[in-house]
Amino acid sequence: MTSKLTNAQIAWRAAQDIEDGAYVNLGIGFPEMVAKFQPPGRQAIFHTENGVLNFGESPAEGEEDWDLINAGKKAITLKPGAAFFHHADSFAMVRGGHLDVAILGAYEVAETGDLANWSTGPKGVPAVGGAMDLVHGAKRVAVITDHVTKDGRPKLVRRCSLPLTGVGCVTRIYTSLAVIDIEDSHFVLREKLADISMDALQAVTGAPLVVSGSVADLLVPEL
Amino acid sequence: MNKTVPDLAAAVAGITDGMSLMVGGFGGSGAPIELIHALIDRFKATGSPARLTVINNNAGNGRIGIAAMIDAGMVATMVCSFPRSADPRAFTEKYLAGEIGLELVPQGTLAERIRAGGAGIPAFYTPSSFGTDLAKGKPVAEFDGRHYVQERWLKADAALIKAELADTMGNLTYRMAARNFSPLMAAAAKVTIVQASRVVAPGEIDPEQVITPSIFVDRIVEVADPQQEEALMREGVAYA
Repeated sequence: MTSKLTNAQIAWRAAQDIEDGAYVNLGIGFPEMVAKFQPPGRQAIFHTENGVLNFGESPAEGEEDWDLINAGKKAITLKPGAAFFHHADSFAMVRGGHLDVAILGAYEVAETGDLANWSTGPKGVPAVGGAMDLVHGAKRVAVITDHVTKDGRPKLVRRCSLPLTGVGCVTRIYTSLAVIDIEDSHFVLREKLADISMDALQAVTGAPLVVSGSVADLLVPEL
Repeated sequence: MNKTVPDLAAAVAGITDGMSLMVGGFGGSGAPIELIHALIDRFKATGSPARLTVINNNAGNGRIGIAAMIDAGMVATMVCSFPRSADPRAFTEKYLAGEIGLELVPQGTLAERIRAGGAGIPAFYTPSSFGTDLAKGKPVAEFDGRHYVQERWLKADAALIKAELADTMGNLTYRMAARNFSPLMAAAAKVTIVQASRVVAPGEIDPEQVITPSIFVDRIVEVADPQQEEALMREGVAYA
């Protein structure tokens, strides 16, 4: 059994690639954790689809103002330089190429950059929110995810089997085992945990891993 | 010109069976609870308005607001992006029983369709949903080497809007993130009905601060200290 990164460590690694001054959208749930790990000396400006730029952490319990929430309907606070805007402006920021980075969760990512993260099939009530908009327009669309599903199947695959969120949209994947770029419809391995072999990593990846140049050790702090 | 009406019942008068109704708000932020409940009161007293098509980002939460409309049996179809919430029973039960329709629209597409409806633009192309199940049956075109999906405008017979300040002409401001869909809906509905926390005389809102200009507003009712959907949810309130 090879060790793997915790969700916090995956979020930390993703946060290291966010430049100072970047405008960033974090998907609801796990990706929101990335905001906690901004490197010292850098300030990202976070966007939320319901119409706020430059929001901060949740207020203390009892201090919530429920007119001031994020896309996950959690109470937030404002930082100096925050702005409110309506939904059409908000999604102009999303689709119009104005966001530097969008970070999303995934059920499956294909080597073509296709993403499936909104539906696990026809059962129940379908809900999409802003996922199909967020995958278009940001300069970088990154995914953070466990490398495999709860029952051990690869989440990085040749072609998605679940309903797509977007076609050819993902540019980088941060997993519990590796950092992988998508280039010319291939998974290009950039970093991996030092104690997992190439063969073992390939065995839990559903499409060929391409090595182009050197593969660095994926190093993260204890969190 | 004075667009104020004396009470909530007068504000929601004229909304009749089978109409399409835009309701402002994202989750509990900006939900016009008092206007919605006034409509429910009329339905319970008269059986009308029924068979409504309701357009909102969500499909209700708990037993209040849009969820209470669904519970009451007033809603035939929801047009929304995310029909889930902390307590989605009202919509989920009716949907799984086949008693309510759903048109699922990506959130940014929903916003832009409403914007287009208010702006007189019958259709537009967006990258969102290209290659997905939600683009099935829609025209696709290529621009500068990328694929885009054609979407149509969305308009409504009426809109229910929660504003912070209104002047009696209908100029509006909103409170924080409660703005969300409301300025778009105000322009896209034939009749835009506003509840405002405070109604002031023309000139008392600085023109620089007006978010929705009066031309988009038809009726205003003052609801001082309005209820907040999320706060009601957390108190476990049901409107029945």
